[in-house]
Amino acid sequence: MAAHSAVLSVSKIINPLWGRHLKGKTVKVFGTTLAIHRNKASHAGDNIPLPAKYGGRHTVTLIPGDGIGPELLSHVKEVFRYSCVPVDFEVVHVNSAMEAEDDINNAITAIRRNGVALKGNIETKHTMPPSVKSRNNLLRTSLDLYANVMHCQSLPGVQTRHKNIDILIVRENTEGEYSSLEHESASGVVECLKIITRTNSLRIAEYAFQLAREKGRRRVTAVHKANIMKLGDGLFLQCCREVASGYPDITFDSMIVDNTTMQLVSKPQQFDVMVMPNLYGNVVSNVCAGLVGGPGLVPGANYGRDYAVFETATRNTGKSIAGKNIANPTAMLLASCMMLDHLKLYDHATPIRNAVFTTMNETRLHTADLGGQGTTSEVVQSIMRVIQSKGQLTSEM
Amino acid sequence: MQTVTLIPGDGIGPEISAAVVKIFDAAKAPIRWEERNVTAIKGPGGRWTIPPDAKESMDLSKIGLKGPLKTPIAAGHPSMNLLLRKTFDLYANVRPCVSIEGYRTPYTDVDLVTIRENTEGEYSGIEHVIVDGVVQSIKLITENASRRIAEYAFEYARNNQRSSVTAVHKANIMRMSDGLFLRKCREVAENYKDVKFTEMYLDTVCLNVSVAGLGSDRLVLTAGLGSDHRVHGTAPDIAGMDLANPTALLLSAVMMLRHMGLHGHAARIQTACFDTIREKKVLTKDLGGSSKCSEFTAEICRRVQDLD
Repeated sequence: MAAHSAVLSVSKIINPLWGRHLKGKTVKVFGTTLAIHRNKASHAGDNIPLPAKYGGRHTVTLIPGDGIGPELLSHVKEVFRYSCVPVDFEVVHVNSAMEAEDDINNAITAIRRNGVALKGNIETKHTMPPSVKSRNNLLRTSLDLYANVMHCQSLPGVQTRHKNIDILIVRENTEGEYSSLEHESASGVVECLKIITRTNSLRIAEYAFQLAREKGRRRVTAVHKANIMKLGDGLFLQCCREVASGYPDITFDSMIVDNTTMQLVSKPQQFDVMVMPNLYGNVVSNVCAGLVGGPGLVPGANYGRDYAVFETATRNTGKSIAGKNIANPTAMLLASCMMLDHLKLYDHATPIRNAVFTTMNETRLHTADLGGQGTTSEVVQSIMRVIQSKGQLTSEM
Repeated sequence: MQTVTLIPGDGIGPEISAAVVKIFDAAKAPIRWEERNVTAIKGPGGRWTIPPDAKESMDLSKIGLKGPLKTPIAAGHPSMNLLLRKTFDLYANVRPCVSIEGYRTPYTDVDLVTIRENTEGEYSGIEHVIVDGVVQSIKLITENASRRIAEYAFEYARNNQRSSVTAVHKANIMRMSDGLFLRKCREVAENYKDVKFTEMYLDTVCLNVSVAGLGSDRLVLTAGLGSDHRVHGTAPDIAGMDLANPTALLLSAVMMLRHMGLHGHAARIQTACFDTIREKKVLTKDLGGSSKCSEFTAEICRRVQDLD
């Protein structure tokens, strides 16, 4: 695979014509700059690859990941097969113990090919040297999946301390504190660079306001720490304000991240749509997931201009509960429904989503994380029974 | 008689500081307050400093009590709190978070202390514009500061009979920086085998806190993402209206008394404060009551004098 990619990159230099046809397929060699080159070429009017659909069936990349990922995704496959969903999965394994980046590059190529992916979380082992970057992060930055979207909604069947929460979180997904640019400038002194750019800040703000308008939301709140990081978060805030001026129908305000987290745990109902840089997004999305019932419930989506990758919102590997049949399949199933919506297979997404909610809210069959005693398989069986009872076309159990 | 530098601060700062002084007076605490104001002054060479009289006072007294200080976003000078921390090398920020009996919140039985590295990390204040439209902020992690804060945390745990220390980090993304911080914590943990040491990702901590509330643990945080910030706000919307709740500043002052070894006074003032809240007769607006700050303060003063 390495030799293959070397040939591709060399031929891209010596024969630009040939390189352009392969523009979507060239393996990452120059790191983040390649993403910029790809964008430049695309802006010049080249065709964006069509989604992988042949004979009415879609092909979607599936990355099982570690921990509970593989079992949850096999349940997704089970439910899809049962509901006759016209999706075929191309499974790509990524070995988190390997130092070489071949595995993750294969996965990235597969996603470029198919346009859409469903993934479990890939573990980042601390025992490896710091040059081995987080695989999940590499995937997000290589594919330029700039917007991480999470919808936190209170579910009637789940016992929580706070009720009536309905927050859309839009998190910048490629830069900020996750730039993975670190160096030891002197012995015992490490610098980690947080990068904020006007381009990406404008882009994510634009995404947030478009989404707010589309979903009929009234208010967008930018979360920042511009009193301390005056230039960095200051730039982010300024970009948000610029974009806000183009959406006079939507109220825009801002809040410092410390106050935000405090408000979230005392009065979360005040928030509508929130937009923020990467690390605050991590903090806020985890607090919100906790408020509506935990990591087992909330699906997340990563959108770029050309690709979309779906996963659980809080990106946990769940190593301690792996293989025990106690993990909550809700988040992954709802993520797969988001994926079906993205593929415009609404007639398949809706029954599955409704079945998940029925099991959650009416049957109240809950896994251990919600205080119940159901196993993962019991919950999945219940969901499939609900799908069948609604008269949908299903294959045998 | 010990001297303490008092920095009333902005917004509700002056009124809650006055409340604390009154209560200490009622408790006959042997404290002489030296009031100083802190603003940012640009010294020779362009470096921002605090006023020299404030610095002198703190250098002599070694102890200060400060109200909230506001930092306007486009002020042109660094954060006042940051400036104070840098000037006096206040490397450990300690915040006990305890559920107060009588004031119900969705989270019960909270008893944890967050210890936050206060001099470096994301708050280093080092930023550059690389090219127009691209900004770089530097998060600094050093061996010395990491070791120092870890030692502080374990010492605190040992001295206050706490069972465990949890290091909070993001070493899966910030491999080198938080990796260094974690390594130092692990090294220090080796010398404190009587205290349990665990590590937890920042996201997991946020998740667990909002789901269940963490139990009686201690947390060591990398600088930047602190948690409970009730003590921060200047609350300009209620400043000067006698509505503010002085409890946070009062309990900080009680921590100060304990630090000074004045445990008797500390215990009396704390009891008076908690009793007032538990009785629910005189509560400020934020606690669900309708009393004024002065009434709340007077009630605590009365109880403190009764406890004598």
